[in-house]
Amino acid sequence: MLIKLTGGKIYDPANGIDGEVRDIYVRDGRIVNASADERVGQEYNLKGRVVMAGGIDPHTHIGGGKVTIGRMMMTEDHIGNEVARTAITRAGCGHAVPSTLTAGYRYAEMGYTACFEPAMLPANARQAHMEMGDTPMVDKGAFVMLGSDDFLLRAMAGNKGMEFIKDYIAWTMHAAQALAVKVVNPGGISAFKFNQRQLDLDEKHVHYGQSPRDILLTLARGLKELGVTHPLHVHGCNLGVPGNDETTLATIRAMEGLPVHLTHVQFHSYGTEGDMKFSSGAPRIAELLNKNTNVSIDVGQIMFGQTCTASGDSMRQYGNTKSAAPKKWVVMDIECDAGCGVVPMKYRDKSFVNALQWAIGLELFLLVDDPWRLFLTTDHPNGAPFTTYPHLIRLLMDRGFRNDMLQKIHPGAQAATILHSIKREYSLYEIAIMTRAGPAKSLGLKDRGHLGGGASADITVYEDKADREAMFQVPELVFKNGELIVKNGVIVKSVQGATHVARPEYDRHIEGPLRDYFDRYHTVRMSNFRVGDDEIIGHDKGSIIVQPSKSRVKAA
Amino acid sequence: MTATKSASAPSGSAAAGVEENVACPFCGILCDDLEVERSVAGLKVTKNGCSLAIAGFERPVIAASPQIGGRDVTLAEAVAEAARLIRVARLPLFGGLGTDVEGMRAVMATAERAGGVVDHAFSEGQYRNFEVLQTSGWFMSTLTEVRNRADLIVIVGSDVHTLHPRFFERIVATPEPMFLAAGQKRTVVFIGEGLDASAATGGSIGEVLTLSCPIVAVGEVMSALRARTKGTPLAVDTVAGIPIVQIDDLAERCRKAQYGVMVWAPPSLAYPSADLTVRVVSDLVKDLNVTTRFAGLALGGNEGAVSAGAVATWQSGFPMRVSYASGQPEYDSTRYAANRLLASGETDLLVWIATFSPDLTPPASAVPTILIGVPGMTIDKTPLVTIPIGTPGLDHAGRLVRCDNVVSLPLKNLHRSTLPAAADVLASIEHAL
Repeated sequence: MLIKLTGGKIYDPANGIDGEVRDIYVRDGRIVNASADERVGQEYNLKGRVVMAGGIDPHTHIGGGKVTIGRMMMTEDHIGNEVARTAITRAGCGHAVPSTLTAGYRYAEMGYTACFEPAMLPANARQAHMEMGDTPMVDKGAFVMLGSDDFLLRAMAGNKGMEFIKDYIAWTMHAAQALAVKVVNPGGISAFKFNQRQLDLDEKHVHYGQSPRDILLTLARGLKELGVTHPLHVHGCNLGVPGNDETTLATIRAMEGLPVHLTHVQFHSYGTEGDMKFSSGAPRIAELLNKNTNVSIDVGQIMFGQTCTASGDSMRQYGNTKSAAPKKWVVMDIECDAGCGVVPMKYRDKSFVNALQWAIGLELFLLVDDPWRLFLTTDHPNGAPFTTYPHLIRLLMDRGFRNDMLQKIHPGAQAATILHSIKREYSLYEIAIMTRAGPAKSLGLKDRGHLGGGASADITVYEDKADREAMFQVPELVFKNGELIVKNGVIVKSVQGATHVARPEYDRHIEGPLRDYFDRYHTVRMSNFRVGDDEIIGHDKGSIIVQPSKSRVKAA
Repeated sequence: MTATKSASAPSGSAAAGVEENVACPFCGILCDDLEVERSVAGLKVTKNGCSLAIAGFERPVIAASPQIGGRDVTLAEAVAEAARLIRVARLPLFGGLGTDVEGMRAVMATAERAGGVVDHAFSEGQYRNFEVLQTSGWFMSTLTEVRNRADLIVIVGSDVHTLHPRFFERIVATPEPMFLAAGQKRTVVFIGEGLDASAATGGSIGEVLTLSCPIVAVGEVMSALRARTKGTPLAVDTVAGIPIVQIDDLAERCRKAQYGVMVWAPPSLAYPSADLTVRVVSDLVKDLNVTTRFAGLALGGNEGAVSAGAVATWQSGFPMRVSYASGQPEYDSTRYAANRLLASGETDLLVWIATFSPDLTPPASAVPTILIGVPGMTIDKTPLVTIPIGTPGLDHAGRLVRCDNVVSLPLKNLHRSTLPAAADVLASIEHAL
């Protein structure tokens, strides 16, 4: 059946369309170029409506052990936020760390049709996929964490060479069913297990002698040479530490032009000026980012209120435990592989530090010129739950509203930010880049994030309201693969999305040393470590989409 | 999805052969290096089998038919009757929950639709941990990390060897830990009495010490250890019969450890308010991390308890003891405890699920029961409906979450029998509700 979406204002940056009135045709789940005389089975009159591809969240902690630790720990945050089942949706709960099902529904109700878990530990990949399998409505995928795993650090310390390491990276992506690779506090999670309490960019790991710089360059080069589309996803050193603006600037320079994505940069943009020895490093970082086109970022904006931080960065999360609110936390050392830290946080607008964190995030959004290299995130749930996105969009699009909000925060923070002087207001076109086209391009999602012929018909229709928060809160229509799934912000059909993976080439000989390593040290056999396709798609949990990688090239 | 397979044929169809790298579902540490031979006679563990694995894999399959009131019926009839009983029940209780991830997913979906309560047979033990996680949190490690890194392992009041017969072999005595220097040995300390220390020998194990005290006093000893670790004076000569000098000696060893680990198994701490023991151990670990590295390791989790808690948490937000009576998850760890609901008569139907062991029988109560269990369970009162089911990892594939709550393992289909999976039976029941 041919579906026609008639007369909407189309914001489709991937195809250079900025608010033009056009018709969109959908057949068999895809957007098609139909001619006007074809028989239309169903028509939606979208006159005056804003039409975008479905939203894509490139960094949101929705599945895996640490999220479930957060869910288990945050009982008091769930209470009052329970959700009853309906004829078509399951029960659940949640605000800061919603249950899997509720997270899927909330994303769809907000017009999002894909979200990506950025910190899947290889040792926990099976569970991450099980949880994502229980997250309906949206497509998903995950970035596998490397950089503090003993196999890699041993290989680097033992000079095994780039081809060996590339085989290992690719093998791990296959085994964990990942779309991309993330590094978290490079080497630092491992160093913490040896009682190192910090690891700056050029500090050496006490056991392996490698520095975060070495690890970053090895992984970034490896991924580039493997042809993986999404560059190394970097959660840098010194998260949350005042003075880490210098680390971030040094990290950008350290990449030597290699493609890289720096994540939740807000948490890495803190200076040490002023009476409180806490200041905004955003202007300097934005300036350097504007000159370094090899670097993309997401912000990790904080919003005021209760949330729960969940990170692979056990070293820095342990450091943050003194700020836990409520006063409870979990930190773990994991499987000679990684770690995690789960620390509840309540960001307060009357706290100087929290208020300035809020302003720093907004400064980054507004000072980085190119929306194709900057994605909208709160690092859910670390900065705030993803359900705050509509509010964040209004802050970016509406300077008057932003300045009204600025008036409410700690006066010291108001004085310490240049936010008031920034005139920029995001356009709908730029929002569509930041929340759709940009993430899709960066992640290598070939047929997502745009509305051209051949694209998957993931489409969101908004009423063009002056109050952008209200507009983005309750989309009028959301289509997933051409099916209407949400109407006026309410789920009308429950669907199961696909899981996106990338499978770069590797030499199977890597399994020799890997098997030996597993047998000698591990508590799981190599063959049982790998997550099979049937584990992801079995029991009606959707499909797997293998996104293309470029051909592998030899080390230069 | 419907369960249409006949449950009466006891033997599977696959040819005889040997399976390697088999994961064992019969305790919470999920060893996955077993070798299992399949023949017409059944399964035989030919490598790396402990007493629990041998008992579990080699248990003969008893031919069993679905029953209604003790009378043989077809699976479809049993499913229809189970659905009818659940539909008319005021507050059905889904208990036992000895099943894998898929089974637990089906339990959650069914309980939600039925407006029921979910609680695991081993929740009493699990809540000794959950209470601490929910009120103060902790610093934990996992099996591979401990195996390769720990130079001091303290076993806190738990008979680990009985619950997990290969724990010492695979995690503690392992010959070449990655991060112990050549010749370096690890110290193992047992706190409590009657703990089987026979396996704490050889490999990388050096000194083995015991601080003997009644298990109920372990919390007191750990509190004293915590005080002495912080340098707080204690005006006593002994704590629970242990001379204070021994406690001081252990405090010193803890402070000097490179990577110490406190190990406990919640089922062993079977005394009132044992969560306070877990709390003091967790707080001690937190204190020690100020200067050195230390972590906890919780074992237990047999009968799928960890998987049940994990699935319930990611789907509902709560680890267990959730009621869907109002349509939304309502959490109350006291009110919705299975034993309390059974004793008070607040539940009028028990749906008991046990896919691993015939020993996981429902508690005695006056509440009518639907039994979805492995064949051969001995029960005083004939259930209203009995549906024999297979065991994940023997009769069908599955997945379980390990005791450390990080690693999960795939369970193979060894084609032992054609008994249906609990997940499929429950899906059929849910469909019929």
